[in-house]
Amino acid sequence: MNKQCASVAKAVADIPSGATVMIGGFGGSGAPIELIHALIDAGPTNLTVINNNAGNGHVGLAAMIEAKMVAKLICSFPKSKDPRAFTERYLDGRIALELVPQGTLAERIRAGGAGIPAFYTPTAYGTELAEGKAVAEFDGKPYVQERWLKADYALVKAERGDPYGNLTFRLAARNFNPLMCMAARTTIVQVSQLVPAGDIDPEIVVTPGIFVDRLVEVTDPAQEELLNEAEARYP
Amino acid sequence: MSISDTLNQEQIAWRAAQDIADGAYVNLGIGFPEKVAQYTVEGREPIFHTENGVLGFGRAPARGEEDWDLINAGKKAITLKPGAAFFDHATSFAMIRGGHLDVAILGALQVAANGDLANWRVGDKGVPAVGGAMDLVNGAKRVAVLTDHVTRDGQPKLVSKCSFPLTGVACVTRIYTSLAVIDVDRDQGRFVLREKLPTLSMEALQAVTGAPLFTEGDVADLIVPELS
Repeated sequence: MNKQCASVAKAVADIPSGATVMIGGFGGSGAPIELIHALIDAGPTNLTVINNNAGNGHVGLAAMIEAKMVAKLICSFPKSKDPRAFTERYLDGRIALELVPQGTLAERIRAGGAGIPAFYTPTAYGTELAEGKAVAEFDGKPYVQERWLKADYALVKAERGDPYGNLTFRLAARNFNPLMCMAARTTIVQVSQLVPAGDIDPEIVVTPGIFVDRLVEVTDPAQEELLNEAEARYP
Repeated sequence: MSISDTLNQEQIAWRAAQDIADGAYVNLGIGFPEKVAQYTVEGREPIFHTENGVLGFGRAPARGEEDWDLINAGKKAITLKPGAAFFDHATSFAMIRGGHLDVAILGALQVAANGDLANWRVGDKGVPAVGGAMDLVNGAKRVAVLTDHVTRDGQPKLVSKCSFPLTGVACVTRIYTSLAVIDVDRDQGRFVLREKLPTLSMEALQAVTGAPLFTEGDVADLIVPELS
């Protein structure tokens, strides 16, 4: 078995217009910039994107939005240092937003990967983000029903991976990445280091390979924060 | 009416820090609440949690020493303390929703006498963004609010009913303001005054508070060091 892809371009080549795509990361930490940029080169449109944020500056997810590829964004916090790419399009109605509390977003993705179609959470009860959702009482307290989130594809960044797709992550760059690996039909991972099977101690595997379909090595990956400091733009 | 003698943000943060126990697991909201970490009481070691998957982080790194894979919920670079741990977002919010966090400290637009909190959105305009606030207020054992007692134009921020969109229902347990420390009696839906600035009369405090202030026994003097 070998899930390795030769290039980021090949790894994302079959993502069609209209697809739902989860993109890992929290701000720039754990954002798979090279995979996103390869997807911009490929150019599918009318995508629904699931990410915690809505991009920053003119690279990564912000560049995808600027390239008119995103029809709808599902996120918890569509603000950043430079959120103009999303803000301008949202305010004039060119991009739809489903705002989800951050923990609910994480759990909806986890549920999607775990085969749990819905769950109840105390989060957002009595607020406008729970409007129209079923409410039920358990042990005397009200909870809001939330549904799973699944995707056609997930774009994920990990630190090390082996040919079986076993992954480890770096520092706080883990965040949504392991959850999204579970919740997409096809999970595409860029790893900073692709190592032979057996090099990752099974005791420290964070994402087991069963949740990963494609791996591509991107050594020395770009950091969104540093690209923005340099005022980079993509393409 | 205007009140000239008020606590600044540093002093409000200092007062909140006095209530954090040794070993407490604490989540500080972005901005003003982050100041609480600077005033950790000597001899106590709270463990700070950030939603994006870190327990046990410390100060910001020196400029140029940032590692942008290691950030907090405000997307600022952080450092780790010995004994830190990483985890994914579902685990992070299990800590929050599951009642494992001892205290969450947040800012506020308004707090109502029953503990309703509004802190994420002013109206229908602009881009809405909620982040983890709605999870935090429904999960932490204590939900504390740091706020000026009144808005910039002198309107009460402690009210009988929030007019801004809610973050959570009956969730706030204690409010640290520029004038007072007030508990929320969520069973009876009322504010209970615990401490006030010694120079401030009850009448003057009540006049800038949008719901009745009750007392249970003595009201202590709110005494805070000079900080800026």
